[in-house]
Parts: sequence; structure tokens; C-alpha cells
Amino acid sequence: MQRHGQARVLGQGNDEAALVERLLAGDEEAFVTLIRQHHQVMVRLARSYVPSEAVAEDVVQETWLALLRGLPSFEGRSSVKTWLYAILLNRARTAGLKERRQTPVEDPERAVDQARFDRSGSWSSPPVPWEEEVEDRVRAERLTKSVQIAIDQLPSAQRDVLTLRDVEGMTAADACQILGLRQGHQRVLLHRARSRLRNVLEAEFGENIA
Amino acid sequence: MRVYRRRRFTCQEIVELVTDYLDDALTRRDRRRFETHLSGCDHCTEFLRQMRTTIVLSGSLADEDLSAIRQSELLTLFRRWCLDSP
Repeated sequence: MQRHGQARVLGQGNDEAALVERLLAGDEEAFVTLIRQHHQVMVRLARSYVPSEAVAEDVVQETWLALLRGLPSFEGRSSVKTWLYAILLNRARTAGLKERRQTPVEDPERAVDQARFDRSGSWSSPPVPWEEEVEDRVRAERLTKSVQIAIDQLPSAQRDVLTLRDVEGMTAADACQILGLRQGHQRVLLHRARSRLRNVLEAEFGENIA
Repeated sequence: MRVYRRRRFTCQEIVELVTDYLDDALTRRDRRRFETHLSGCDHCTEFLRQMRTTIVLSGSLADEDLSAIRQSELLTLFRRWCLDSP
């Protein structure tokens, strides 16, 4: 849990060049580090475009191979990570074109149900504190499951942004580059996604409190 | 971002600005207004805390371990690539 916000991602500049060199030299340790960091997140992301876990795994494997094959001509115009996720999304979208789930976009979408504010815009039904409960590990584990299910149910544009930003811990700039979004739009999607998850968690807690 | 002039933010506005706030995308003036509201509103403070918790929970999903089988499959792929590349 402490990981979020840390630079777990690939390094920049020199580190990046060094990583490419190590991979080209056949350094298995470098490759293992890379797949440990990104494989699961990539499967998660791919999973929302393709019909099954197995297909998602295939897409991610193909992505790794495409990355390796492209390494000799990698020019460092983007980071390796940005490039990696761009390949992934491209492949996942192509593979899932026919099966792609479409979720209608409800607009305007609010972070919190309007009915919970009074006419002046102040809370009439305020959020119930749940900080202490989350610190309970068992509870946190169950919540993680809920979050996972809720993420799977997000509209795809929201899910992509949230996966890159909050699950993977990417910067806004990197996520925008990979998804081809403007910063402002990216933030709108992220805010909607986070709000939906918070609502799901609140419902869980509400049930517990009642 | 959206500019609200002359008046204080309402709770309803605050809940829509949390991600902008966390991404440091508010103007300095709106940021100050956001923080002023928070310092006087326990509910919105709790809301912000819950959004942060939500983000942390999402981040914890990335900590899943790669299975040993998967890792060895991918290593095989890497070794094959090493052999194939000039």
C-alpha cells in the first residue's frame, strides 16, 4: 500500500538507456524486473478489451515480444514504459474489436449524488468516516476485491485512465501520452472513475454500519 | 480549470474538484479557496480522505505477484528472443 506515488516505474534518462542496453545484452534480471512491475497491470488493462483472461495473457505476451523486437530500433523519443503501454493498448483494442463492451456514457456524471446536498450545496447526507476500518487488514483485503470488481465495471475510457494513474501509479503526463488524451479530459475521466469507486466503497461500509 | 468567482466553494463543488486538487491543477487562488473550505468542513475533509484511500486501494492491486509459471514462460520468451536476435 505504501507503494503508491513512489517511482516504481521505469527510470528516466540514463536509467532508461541503461535498461535498454541491459535488455539488448540479454540481461535476464532486467527483464524479470520489468515483467514483475508491469505484467499484471497490463493483463488487467487488456482484460477489459478482450473476452477472456487467456486472450488477455496472449495479448500481453505478444506485447512483450513486440517490445523486445523493437528494442534495437528504440530511439528513446518516449519512455520505454509509455511505449510498452502504447503497444499493449493498440493490440488489446485490435484483438477485442468485435467483443468490446460498450458502456453508455451517462452525462453529466457527478462525483456524489446531488440528493446528498441541500439547496445551498452543503452536505445534507455527509460521508460516514471509514478511515479506521480500512486500516484493518482483513477488511482491506475484502475492499481490494470490491475495488477490483468496480474497476472492471467502469466505462472503458475511465478504466484505462484509472488503471494507468492509480493502479500503475503513472504520472498524468505519461497517461495522457499513452491514451492520447488532453490533461483536462484525463482528469475528468479519472475523477469520475475514482468517484465511482468511492461510492462503491461507501456502499460497502454503509452496509456494515447499518 | 473552472473558475468560481467571488464566493466560497460549496461542498457540492468541492467534491468535483478533488482530482484537480490532488493533481495540482487548480489555480493558486482556487487552491486556496479549496483549502479554506476544507479547514472549516469536516465532511469534505472526510470526503478527501476517502478519495485518497480509494486511490491507495487501487494502487494495492498492482502488488499482485507474478506467478512463477508465468514468469518462467516469459523468461523462455526472452531467451528465445536473445537467441533469435543478431
